[in-house]
Amino acid sequence: MALAQASHAPNARTPFFRSLRWQEAKWAYLFLLPNLALFLTFTVYPVFASFYYSLNAWDLHSPMKFIGLGNYRALFADPIFRKVLFNTFYFTAGVIPFQTALGLLIAVGLNQKLRFMTFYRAVYFVPVVTSAIAVSIVWQWMYEPQWGVINTLLGYIGIEGPNWLFSQRWAMPAVILVSIWKNVGYSVVLYLAALQGVPEALHESAMIDGANAWQRFVKITLPMISPTTFFIIVLSVIGSIQSFDQVYILTGGGPSRATSVIAHYLYQNGFQFFAMGYAAAIAYVLFAMLFVLTLLQWYYRRRWVFGEE
Amino acid sequence: MQPTRTIATIKPDERTTTTSNHRLKGQLKGLVLHLILGLGGLVMLIPFIWMVSTSLKSLDQVFTFPPVWIPNPIMWHNYIEAFTSVPFATWFINSLKIATAITIGQLITCSLAGFTFARMRFPGREALFLVYLATMMIPAHVTIIPIFVTMNWLNLVDSPWALILPGLTSAWGTFLFRQFFLSLPSELEDAAKIDGCSFWRIYRQISLPLAKPVLATLGIFTFMGSWNDFLGPLIFLQSKDQKTLTVGLLQFKAEFQGLGQWHIMMAGTVISLLPILIAFVVGQKYFVRGIALTGIKG
Repeated sequence: MALAQASHAPNARTPFFRSLRWQEAKWAYLFLLPNLALFLTFTVYPVFASFYYSLNAWDLHSPMKFIGLGNYRALFADPIFRKVLFNTFYFTAGVIPFQTALGLLIAVGLNQKLRFMTFYRAVYFVPVVTSAIAVSIVWQWMYEPQWGVINTLLGYIGIEGPNWLFSQRWAMPAVILVSIWKNVGYSVVLYLAALQGVPEALHESAMIDGANAWQRFVKITLPMISPTTFFIIVLSVIGSIQSFDQVYILTGGGPSRATSVIAHYLYQNGFQFFAMGYAAAIAYVLFAMLFVLTLLQWYYRRRWVFGEE
Repeated sequence: MQPTRTIATIKPDERTTTTSNHRLKGQLKGLVLHLILGLGGLVMLIPFIWMVSTSLKSLDQVFTFPPVWIPNPIMWHNYIEAFTSVPFATWFINSLKIATAITIGQLITCSLAGFTFARMRFPGREALFLVYLATMMIPAHVTIIPIFVTMNWLNLVDSPWALILPGLTSAWGTFLFRQFFLSLPSELEDAAKIDGCSFWRIYRQISLPLAKPVLATLGIFTFMGSWNDFLGPLIFLQSKDQKTLTVGLLQFKAEFQGLGQWHIMMAGTVISLLPILIAFVVGQKYFVRGIALTGIKG
């Protein structure tokens, strides 16, 4: 078709397949081929396959049985899933405010013209590059009730620390603390970049008008960096909802599912119980949550991010 | 410099006192800041200090109260025991192999596709790019189940290929390169085109050398992501010799934790963390710049 059109074009001396445009397109498809083939196989196809699995009962070995929305119906009647959903929200709500606020606080401190600034920045950032598995093992040892460093330090100020990772009440806060420690460096680095982008001139003119440091921070800095705050919150929510590694090592989801989050329940169903259809349904619920959250965040973005209409 | 001059012109008579006051105040502020940042930094480092400290203790020192921070005697032997009790060297090589293959693969496929999307015209370009964009927000958990099924069908479970193949490209990397190439001025390429230069040569000899910052950023993050990946190896790698450091550490933990041998466990953890920590110290600039530039996560 393209060939016919090209050869009927009035000033086309060469057929389309010899034209420069075709030459370019041919190379373009060739360049794209490795990327596209992998992308289709390992991203696009799995997205659809996963949805199809979620409509089936399947244990990987026996043939699939189509059950329509049965998995989703079972999921919403599943008390464990409700618990897991609650835990995921608890975890996310525990991580986000601290990670954002602490990140800003540290970044403001680091943004002064200080000596050793690179060193400090590295110190706050180093947990980010480490593997969650390795540092979770270290934290597990720190949380050890009798000999661990945390309860020892608490003991110095007269507090008898709980058996963190085995307590219904304290296991989740313990996991949250590790996550904040591990990821706060992200917020610091992003905030630092944002703070360095706030024009000096604004602060200077406000200073001349008699604004003190706190007023300048609230009225100038905060609004100017609000896009970064927004960005950090979006990224942290997306990351927190999917978190798995720390939970797996620190508590294994326990005690009695007190710290089991969506990704953990998904892993158990898919790769321990081999309930592939059920696991795929969980994955799609996770996906839907992220999708709705992203839409909501984009909608509310206009209200409080400075300079966007 | 601008502000002092402005203030100075407003209040010329107060200039000297203001500056000396400012200097004193500045020094005090600096001191307080150092104190706060240093204390915060110490808190951040406590897990690492505690890890190294424990890793050099003898078993009875691990369980003394109150705990000591500086072990005496220093038990270097713990490291030998940790290193020889499990195949750390094999796991290290496995991690390195997989992370290197994935990183090189992504740098090639993503830069090539990014260049194509940014600089070449072909039917279906906009629609296809939109599909790439749309998949960027899909969590890995959605795709991992079908990938596992595919690998199972291909008989690649328990082979490094199960991790390498899906890792060889990413929508995110493609997007990053496309944005970068779009931001470059096209005069150089146009001149090359007029001289009859092929698209391959334009990509290879003009665009790619200019993309070094993106190559470094994506390279570091891809490598780090693969090196620290846990869910993938946990699902795909089962036999002892195929494991990477992250899942290997899990097996190591299983062997020692039950016995309460935290000193050996911490030595193993130090061994497993060392490569990435060294890489971080050497290339800190790139890590930080990479995040600041792109704000990617994990």
